[in-house]
Amino acid sequence: MSGAEFVPLSLTPLLIGVFAAVACALPGNFLLLRRQALIGDAISHVVLPGIVVAFLLTGVIAAGPMMLGAAGAAIVAVVVIELIRRLGRIEPGAAMGVVFTTMFAGGVLLLEQTDTSAVHLDVEHALYGNLESLIWLDATGWESLLDPVALSYLPTELLRMGLTLIGVTVFIALFWRPLKIATFDEGFARTLGIRTDLLGLGLVITAAIAAVAAFDAVGSIIVIAMFICPPAAARMMSNQLEGQLGWSVGFAVVSAVVGYVLAGYGPLWLGAADAVSAAGMIATVSGLLLAIAARFGPCRHRAGAPAGV
Amino acid sequence: MLWDALLLQMGYNATLVAIGATLLGIAAGITGTFLFLRKRALVSDAISHATLPGVGLAFLVMVALGGDGRNLAGLLLGSALSAMAGLWCLNWLTRRTRLAEDAAIGAVLSVFFGFGIVILTVIQTLGVGRQAGLEGFLLGSTAGMLWNDALVIAGGGAATLLLILLLRRPMTLVAFDPEYAASQGVSVSRIDMMMMGLVMAVTVVGLKIVGLILIVALLIIPAVTARFWTERSDLVVLLAGGAGGLSAYLGAAVSASAPNLPTGPIIVLMSFGLFALSLLLAPNRGVLAAVLRHRRFQRRVHLRQGLLALAQDQVIYEPLTLRLLRQRGLLRADGVPTEQGRARAAKALRDEHRWALVRSDQTHEAAAALYDGLREIETVLTADQISDIDRRMGGPREVLP
Repeated sequence: MSGAEFVPLSLTPLLIGVFAAVACALPGNFLLLRRQALIGDAISHVVLPGIVVAFLLTGVIAAGPMMLGAAGAAIVAVVVIELIRRLGRIEPGAAMGVVFTTMFAGGVLLLEQTDTSAVHLDVEHALYGNLESLIWLDATGWESLLDPVALSYLPTELLRMGLTLIGVTVFIALFWRPLKIATFDEGFARTLGIRTDLLGLGLVITAAIAAVAAFDAVGSIIVIAMFICPPAAARMMSNQLEGQLGWSVGFAVVSAVVGYVLAGYGPLWLGAADAVSAAGMIATVSGLLLAIAARFGPCRHRAGAPAGV
Repeated sequence: MLWDALLLQMGYNATLVAIGATLLGIAAGITGTFLFLRKRALVSDAISHATLPGVGLAFLVMVALGGDGRNLAGLLLGSALSAMAGLWCLNWLTRRTRLAEDAAIGAVLSVFFGFGIVILTVIQTLGVGRQAGLEGFLLGSTAGMLWNDALVIAGGGAATLLLILLLRRPMTLVAFDPEYAASQGVSVSRIDMMMMGLVMAVTVVGLKIVGLILIVALLIIPAVTARFWTERSDLVVLLAGGAGGLSAYLGAAVSASAPNLPTGPIIVLMSFGLFALSLLLAPNRGVLAAVLRHRRFQRRVHLRQGLLALAQDQVIYEPLTLRLLRQRGLLRADGVPTEQGRARAAKALRDEHRWALVRSDQTHEAAAALYDGLREIETVLTADQISDIDRRMGGPREVLP
């Protein structure tokens, strides 16, 4: 494949996909170990009303207001879940189910009521994402990477996703020790004077930021899948948190690249004319990786469980 | 308009939708209750997302066999098969690997859903127009429900209800106390599997009406709503069925009464409305009841402390205490206690001394444990015991020089 074709059409979506996958997988490791794996699922459902409201208020489809709306909705959801859990003394899973389904229903209703589908803000877009359309048409080949004029037309999603990835990495690097201690032994962390409640909140907010940024660029399926599948597969590969994190980044990158290539070129190899959904394919590949790791991974059993069961 | 819809006067199609939705709501509410009591509410999320690839694959198979591809029974069969596959993966991941259940749920739902989207895009490339209606499975669409579709949904709902009726005893047992159930010879894993089968049936039937994402709401919200009102398991089940049926009926009616009101989301919002009302108003577990209980408690504490302060001639500054004492005619506006107030205060102080003696006495240990600063001593000790304590305390004595 020549650079003249690859750079404008595939390089940027591929990079955005990889950045999104890694940005979600990194906090996903901690959420998984803390039994909060479904937060990614909840967040990706509740941001819909936030995005719709932001569009209704500003009247434009721009990344800034939409991300603000999505972040606002995520915060509202976290607060309401906590409120219902405490006021009604309901188990967290059920409280989460009540809130995210209701907010999602509200979002769909708002969409239908205001007929925003005309401006390409429909539910399907929100679910599938539009990774394939994030192309860099001003590029002519590899040499464009050094051309400032062409570079200024890079899809803004690339920059935003890159910054999000850096932000997530910095958060985890800065709070590595307290995060690690609090994840494995919350009581011990508290005796060391670590504010575990603030740390947990910071982790959820970081995850929400990663989710919202990725949601805008690649759709909610990748977000949910990348929060869970690469970390879960990595969990089968290593007993060390460092090792798990490394494996999860690897799985995320492989899912994004292989998924994107399969979606774009797989049907051509099979003789079909059109590409399939890249977001869906990336999620599928991450699931296959998880299945392989769960079947053959060296650390797939619970400690103490009999081997060979 | 709305009134007509509520009375099923909106025509044949709307009536069909309302009846189908109500049946589904009842079945979902009842099934969801067992799931909720078993603390596995979010498993329904995984099951519902896992139906998507089955719908797509069934469409492809039916088209490949030369059919229309939109046969509802065929699509539902496909969704049931893929939901079963999802459930199997979920079980395998939780039992055979170190993954916790929530991670397994998330993995199954995202991967199956992603694969379903891939299939849907394959269908889109097959030819324009033929896949029309398949997207409805994502968010539900009832506008075009046909007599045959309604029959499938009503039949499925009724069959689910019948199965629940037959299985309700063991399912209740397992939901509330799996260990006791196992000791009684009930196979917990088999009952769990049947419960999941029922959830799957409801999900598959509900796809057409509320869509695969919002069916989760119908399974979870009515059960949580019903739990506020009662502690009895059979009543929770009945109330959840009622709440589910009512919200589905109201939702279908409201959505028929005006354009641009999609049925699925409206049903979910109705059901959340019932939930919010219950959260606020339910006796015992409701927020309002808790607030009232707290206020009552607060008043008793303030009154008691006020009386003790009066008896010891201390000045009261607390406005709530002053107001309570005045309202009951125990304190005059100028802050001087009335005759009745003086009597009540003296009694309160004397009771406090009695309690002090009771608590210092080993023989009254059981009674002393009940002391909380509010309980009337007469409700704990008999008149004989009190007079015995009074004797030991002694009456007023002359101060000797």
